[in-house]
Amino acid sequence: MTVRPDGLRADSLSDLVGRTPLLRLREVTRGLPPQVRIWAKLEGFNPGGSVKDRPALRMLQEGLRSGALRPGKVVIDSTSGNTGIALAMLGASLGFAVELVVPSNASVERRQIIQAFGAKVIESDPLEGSDGAIRLCREIIARDPERYFKPDQYFNEANPLAHYETTGPEIWEQTRGRVTHFLAGIGTSGTIMGAGRFLKQRNPAIQVIAVEPEDSFHGLEGLKHMASSIVPGIYHEEELDDRIPAPTDEAYDMVYRIGREEGVLVGQSSGAACWAALKLARTLDQGEIVIVFPDFGDKYLSTNLWRGWGEIPRPADLPSL
Amino acid sequence: MPVHVKIPTPLRKLTSGEERVEVAGATVGALIEDMERRFPGMRERLCDDAGKVRRFVNLYLNGDDIKFLGGLGTKVAEGDEVAIVPAIAGGRR
Repeated sequence: MTVRPDGLRADSLSDLVGRTPLLRLREVTRGLPPQVRIWAKLEGFNPGGSVKDRPALRMLQEGLRSGALRPGKVVIDSTSGNTGIALAMLGASLGFAVELVVPSNASVERRQIIQAFGAKVIESDPLEGSDGAIRLCREIIARDPERYFKPDQYFNEANPLAHYETTGPEIWEQTRGRVTHFLAGIGTSGTIMGAGRFLKQRNPAIQVIAVEPEDSFHGLEGLKHMASSIVPGIYHEEELDDRIPAPTDEAYDMVYRIGREEGVLVGQSSGAACWAALKLARTLDQGEIVIVFPDFGDKYLSTNLWRGWGEIPRPADLPSL
Repeated sequence: MPVHVKIPTPLRKLTSGEERVEVAGATVGALIEDMERRFPGMRERLCDDAGKVRRFVNLYLNGDDIKFLGGLGTKVAEGDEVAIVPAIAGGRR
């Protein structure tokens, strides 16, 4: 064991957001040409445990700068979970009250974590999905607009800006500019828009590819099926080179393989990103593919991913390349 | 023997926008078959090729998860309510 030379020491929690490691996936990629490599950006290393720390911090900073967020205001937003955790954590650290509208079928661990940071959880109708949470949040704010500051991750340009300023440059540096393809799942689209924009500016040949659920009825928590959803204001489809639809069952199988073969326990959205990256990788002779693993998997142990119908497939039953 | 089934937003395109449909059958599995007859495509969304409920789909009978009752063989009676709930999904159509 050696001490990491970049071991951080910080005066504030906010300083620990970002600078996440990039891990080469060596096992699930077996069978690919040697010149095709897949690298996963492990966003679970953020202090709040997910990629959402980045936009949450940037949106709060922008609110403070513009004056929209002032002492005494309550931070409120609709979220399928990780943004809520990030806002709750940063709210505790920076001294703001936080209220979050969460569909009641979001994982129980996520709600408990949010509450552990002292934030309030308001449940919305699970049948209405994340769009139902967005609508209920709007109704609550309309009753007392002055009370609230809404980061509004779906429409706030500070969301993609966070990735333009941090995630994109980190990937560029970590791959020494060799990245050829960048893949990320779309939830708000902040990651793919912001980091994709930065990478394209550095090298327009880099392919920026979004991963989305194959169908509007899916089990990929955190991801959005754009064609059937309220389209986020920050989403600009014309900036994407391609979109890969990911089926839920295959994404779940990928999560099991990443755990057993790479030793990384991730959530369903990472499984979808990895499945899509492998699909792409099989069509290439060479390439440095970077994918985003938005979080680790411990928050999903109570969900259908691990507690669904019947048995989790055994390693021999899982499809490989 | 009509049973009410609550349909989540992303599946309402199959039910012409209906949030709640009346279907017939003695078990949850039979309800799905009846739904498939009336709303083609429904079975494939809920079940895999082997006929098992997809891993991300939850079916509740009067609020109880049928995984912990009798699965697709769970008996239903007139006046019962079944809810189809995906793990998490956006979607307004």
